[in-house]
Amino acid sequence: MLVHDNFHTRYPTNHSSSHRHHRSICLQTHASINRSILTTTMASEDSTAPAVFDTDAANCLTKELRSTFLAGKTKSYEWRSSQLKSLLKMLDDCEKQICDALFSDLAKPEMEAYIHEIAMIKSSCKVALKKLKDWMKPEKAKTNLGTFPSSAEIVPEPLGVVLVISAWNYPLLLSVDPVIGAIAAGNAVVLKPSELAPAMSSLLAKLLGKYLDNSAIKVVEGAVNETSVLLEQKWDKIFYTGNGRVARIVMAAAAKNLTPVVLELGGKSPVLVDSNIDLAVTSRRIVGGKWGTNNGQACVGPDYIITTKQYAPVLIDSLKHNLVKFFGEDPMNSPDISRIGHDRHFARLKKLLDDDKISGKIIHGGQTDKSSLKIAPTIVLDAPEDSLMMSEEIFGPLLPIVTVEKIEDGIEFINSRPKPLAAYLFTNNKQLKEAFVSSVSAGGVVINDVTLHLMVDTLPFGGVGESGMGAYHGKFSFDAFSHKKAVLYRSFYGDAPARYPPYTPGKLRLLKALLDGSLFGIIRALFGFS
Amino acid sequence: MNIYTKTILHIYESKITKKNMMNDHLEVDLKELRETFNSGKTKESSWRIKQLRGLLRILEDREDDISMALKQDLGKHHVEAYRDEIGTVVKSLNNALDNLKHWMAAKKTRLPIAAFPSSASLVPEPLGVVLIISSWNFPIGLSLEPLIGALAAGNAVILKPSELAPTCSSFLAETIRDYLDNSAIKVIEGGSDLGSTRVGRVVMSAAAQHLTPVTLELGGKCPAVVDSFSSSRENNITAKRIVWGKYGLCAGQACIGIDYVLTEKKYLPNLVESLKRYIKQCYGDDPNGSHSISKIVNKKHFSRLKSLLDEPMVKSSVVYGGVLDEESLFIEPTILVDPPLDSAIMTEEIFGPLLPIITLENIEDSINFIKARPNPLALYAFTENENLQKRLVSETSSGSLMFNDAILQYVVDALPFGGVGGSGFGRYHGKFSFDNFSHEKAVIMRGFLVDFWFRYPPWTTQKLQLLKAGLRYDYLGLVLIALGLKSKA
Repeated sequence: MLVHDNFHTRYPTNHSSSHRHHRSICLQTHASINRSILTTTMASEDSTAPAVFDTDAANCLTKELRSTFLAGKTKSYEWRSSQLKSLLKMLDDCEKQICDALFSDLAKPEMEAYIHEIAMIKSSCKVALKKLKDWMKPEKAKTNLGTFPSSAEIVPEPLGVVLVISAWNYPLLLSVDPVIGAIAAGNAVVLKPSELAPAMSSLLAKLLGKYLDNSAIKVVEGAVNETSVLLEQKWDKIFYTGNGRVARIVMAAAAKNLTPVVLELGGKSPVLVDSNIDLAVTSRRIVGGKWGTNNGQACVGPDYIITTKQYAPVLIDSLKHNLVKFFGEDPMNSPDISRIGHDRHFARLKKLLDDDKISGKIIHGGQTDKSSLKIAPTIVLDAPEDSLMMSEEIFGPLLPIVTVEKIEDGIEFINSRPKPLAAYLFTNNKQLKEAFVSSVSAGGVVINDVTLHLMVDTLPFGGVGESGMGAYHGKFSFDAFSHKKAVLYRSFYGDAPARYPPYTPGKLRLLKALLDGSLFGIIRALFGFS
Repeated sequence: MNIYTKTILHIYESKITKKNMMNDHLEVDLKELRETFNSGKTKESSWRIKQLRGLLRILEDREDDISMALKQDLGKHHVEAYRDEIGTVVKSLNNALDNLKHWMAAKKTRLPIAAFPSSASLVPEPLGVVLIISSWNFPIGLSLEPLIGALAAGNAVILKPSELAPTCSSFLAETIRDYLDNSAIKVIEGGSDLGSTRVGRVVMSAAAQHLTPVTLELGGKCPAVVDSFSSSRENNITAKRIVWGKYGLCAGQACIGIDYVLTEKKYLPNLVESLKRYIKQCYGDDPNGSHSISKIVNKKHFSRLKSLLDEPMVKSSVVYGGVLDEESLFIEPTILVDPPLDSAIMTEEIFGPLLPIITLENIEDSINFIKARPNPLALYAFTENENLQKRLVSETSSGSLMFNDAILQYVVDALPFGGVGGSGFGRYHGKFSFDNFSHEKAVIMRGFLVDFWFRYPPWTTQKLQLLKAGLRYDYLGLVLIALGLKSKA
């Protein structure tokens, strides 16, 4: 696919006619693009344009970014804040285009597009602008008595040239949020948006190219080939959002250059529902969190429910009631629910539904329509543990309900599986809350709501175990793309002869006391005691 | 390599192959560790404190055995052994014991008003079963420092000490078995040669298959920028500290040891004279017999260092020392002046008692010199010039940066210890050790009382306006829209 930045490299003033020509080809094609046809069309229509992003192009790209970084341009507060301000302006100016792209890629309702993507990314930008000076300041560190007299501080510095690989389900948020962190920390950055959300990918290439400093921030569009070529380069950090299978490939590639990574993955985020709750609120929050959040295609969306055998019927009735309230009697045609992202994903979800192991267990929904890529909100009761639906992350509008004898068994059930990105509990019972928080390991835990922790920028957002490593949001984004350099200033006054050979027992005594940090011990040693 | 939840690797020639790691007991050991961890035992603060105290007892009861093991493996003088490997670890243990409760406590965090009413906190929890692979040059210190972090954070641990320091390795295996909880902490010995810088890649590639996060504490060439001072006292102490920072820790076989010096041409003669004087003062006329300097760890490294010196243009740049004795694996403190920049001694990490001095026209040129090379684990600068200091802080990147001394950043608990770029990633020491082996879990508690109806579909323009106002903290706007008195946020 296109490499807008390659044009930027060759034609610094940009907006050449061939550039516009290529972009229009991109926008004309639909979500279900045939990439090879596009490449051929491009090649035949303009033989001077690069049809493929190959190793040479990647080398050029990283070379330019590295020299921008080494020149020191991205380190200044002025540069970082000017980029963040431009980004904010871009989000304000282009809100409609963004909503259109989200609708084109995912049929995302305008509300969801605004609340879950645009508002969140604006807020992230504003927080970074407001706090940047603070974040950039060195932090004083306490020194040990043994190094007296000295003073120490921890100085944040950018890592250098970083790569951000984003996902298709929140294509604006998951692309721009890490980029905000990278810029705030003073790095040069390459963004590779997901090709499975092509309208947003091409919009980001165009808008970031227009609003931000091209010598330091670039967008590379493409799929597997382009990503592989990028991964061969040496980066100072790689930030990947996506699934565990590709994460292993990314980390293995990073290992070749000893590049540190942040991996924001997923997992099956469970919702444990007790009977001691406010049912109306619980049910609304679950339905909103599951189907009102990109129709289940969210890494922290509720994946499945665990509740007691006894309470299940009550809960199910309430869920069905709210499903109708939110999406009407005919959810397949409701404008308030997203569609499935793309063909391959639709096929995968259909496979989960067609699994023999769950036949007869679908108690609500189950309708699918391939032509419009829609699947109705579906509830499945007691899907067996070895069914497809219970062994992989669903990432769609299917909600299995697992029943247990007593509610505490739910905690054991969760702990016997890989650590999820998020774990949820609905209860008024204090002991159950405490047991859940202390024994369930997940990226984040929310009691009596779902997905909320994403919106709190004072909390680190990231996984653990299979759900990922590293975290971001707020200051954690800045930290993720920084190196915290330890700086120690020593003076010449305190020069303990005890340090130097030739070594004597007296020196040993003094050293022991110095390391112990005990002033009294030092005095004793100096006087020849202990 | 099996599934660990975290791996920390200290390397300079650590040796691992898949075959050797998979000894008979490994599978059984791992299973036991995982069961122990799942039982919740290691999470209890009482258990963690008990293990940390157990480590303290090892260092107190067996100080002499440790000194002997270090003498045996590396020829370390027992003062050096105490200072670098026992004393520092005791300090870290006391720091961990004093602060453990505080580190383990959940931390409340500030919430934006839009999330009202809720409470949020960060809860640290152990990762699970972790692997520590340590190095041969500080075989006790570099095994126990990360172990403190792993245990303080509540994990089960496998420690693989370096087989290049075999006496220390067996010492650790025996004492950890006797003093600590065997069902949760195990030592695995053995391994075979692979080679230095490749090991980091091998470990990280293996970890990638299981999505295991890693911390890599690597090395590099740590430069010392040496400016001249206005007072001779300071020039003298500088020279002394350089001698110490180069030869005084495991004969230069230290990842944060001074690798080479950068100084101005005009200051060179004074510097070399001072260095020679202090080398004699510290090591006497017969350094080989002084017992105050460690030996080279083995024949392989000895040959490696010898071949660094054997390069023709390098040999002729030696101005002091250069005596080698293969029998006793001794290399004399050696100074070289301006060996070729493309020679092996100037392109590879030296890790031995050979000190090249590179001369520059101007001391400020050192900044570009350093920037043109991989980020080192540590950068040292001896200067009273505040402008140069500021430039070094802001224009160079290194794991750590120290002014007017060397090595000491290692003992400061409040400073993170780790590399950047080629010198590695991740960090530890003090609380950073605890954090390194923890997962910080975000926890939000909500109530049922307040539930904004405009959160939910079906979506209407009014709901959108309310949400926009709410997210902008425009509460008046929120009320007006809700009352129908305003239509747009």
